[in-house]
Amino acid sequence: MSHLTTYDKVFVDSLDLSSDQLGKELQYQSVPNWDSVGHMQLIAGIEEAFDIMLDTDDIIDFSSYEVGKEILSKYDIVI
Amino acid sequence: MKLDYDQLLSDDLFGHDVAQKDAIQRQWLEELNEHHEANCPPYAKLANHLGHGFPLPVRLFKEFDLRSIGSDEVAKTMTSSGTTGQSVSRIYLDKSTSARQTKALANTVAAYIGRKRLPLLVIDSKAVLKNRNMFSARGAGILGFSMLGRDVTYALDENMELDLDALEVFEQKYAGQQVLVFGFTYIIFSHFCLQLKKLKRHMALDGYMIHGGGWKKLAEIAVDSNQFKAEVTDACGITHIHDYYGMVEQAGSIYMECECGNLHTSHYNNVRIVDPSTFVEVTGKPGLIVSISLLPTSYPGHILLTEDMGLLLGEDDCPCGRMGRYFSVLGRIPGAELRGCSDTYERKQ
Repeated sequence: MSHLTTYDKVFVDSLDLSSDQLGKELQYQSVPNWDSVGHMQLIAGIEEAFDIMLDTDDIIDFSSYEVGKEILSKYDIVI
Repeated sequence: MKLDYDQLLSDDLFGHDVAQKDAIQRQWLEELNEHHEANCPPYAKLANHLGHGFPLPVRLFKEFDLRSIGSDEVAKTMTSSGTTGQSVSRIYLDKSTSARQTKALANTVAAYIGRKRLPLLVIDSKAVLKNRNMFSARGAGILGFSMLGRDVTYALDENMELDLDALEVFEQKYAGQQVLVFGFTYIIFSHFCLQLKKLKRHMALDGYMIHGGGWKKLAEIAVDSNQFKAEVTDACGITHIHDYYGMVEQAGSIYMECECGNLHTSHYNNVRIVDPSTFVEVTGKPGLIVSISLLPTSYPGHILLTEDMGLLLGEDDCPCGRMGRYFSVLGRIPGAELRGCSDTYERKQ
């Protein structure tokens, strides 16, 4: 799987979204399931899928679908 | 620049002496007073009567909708854990106040246990997080600390009974590694320590425990901090045990217990101990705790008159090396409404 496919799958699975909801518009709290509980599920999914451990500040700053890609690039995961 | 939170959050947490801290906080509080007077009309009205920078009694969050943002900017509403018959505080957070609180919490905890995210055992039930739109203080505490840990495991099931399978998996998976255990003081004592004891089960964990929520219930059964620590060590092996004092009205700005057993103020907060009848600051004797937090901009919670009695123990000279005031909490003032995270839980039983 490409990194993008993996990334998208984590969003779809952990936030219970359909794939057409993914993209620039998708932000923290822009959909009901991406609240603070959903956020922790999303982060856990990302960490498991890419086998990384994010810094706490990055977890807090992970505020949108697009910002998440930038954050992951710090962990050498290019999406 | 006004209210420069990037600067505040990157500053040294315990590095300022009393003169430096006073100067920094005086300026911050002045800016926060102006901000909230300009953006929260009921607060401005109160300030007119009670004076600029007055300590806001915490119970006013129950009686008034106090927010310094438009209703469309509210990202999260936190509530004090009230039960039937009790009124509930509502604290309105926007995205930036909420993120700032989490960062401040992360920095504060890191000063005691390090920055590394440790495997986290929460001594509570996941069911606390069920109502996702309305967070209780308990839920908010658990979520805040969840961000600091990893592989979050809940020690209790939905009936608040030990989940022995989950505990076993956690214990084996992280044998010999540092972990973080988090929970509310009374729940840890009654639903974790005492239950493990009944089963004659001793866990072998290594690392840290952070707990908060107050001592009222434990004081009633004559359990003090030393006995609590002994029971925790007996139940799960952990010896680094830190209490914290904090409130949902000032989330993220917690006062953590240091290695010497004292609660510490940090760069983000401060306490004043005042005479309960005159509100004049006192030293050397118990008084009401006025709690200051530089964090909230979405609601006027920067200077709060709590309902807790405290005693100032010193300033800049704690043997642990951290600068700033340190103090102890003596309990609720007589006649105050029953409140507090784990205390309210107890009433539901």
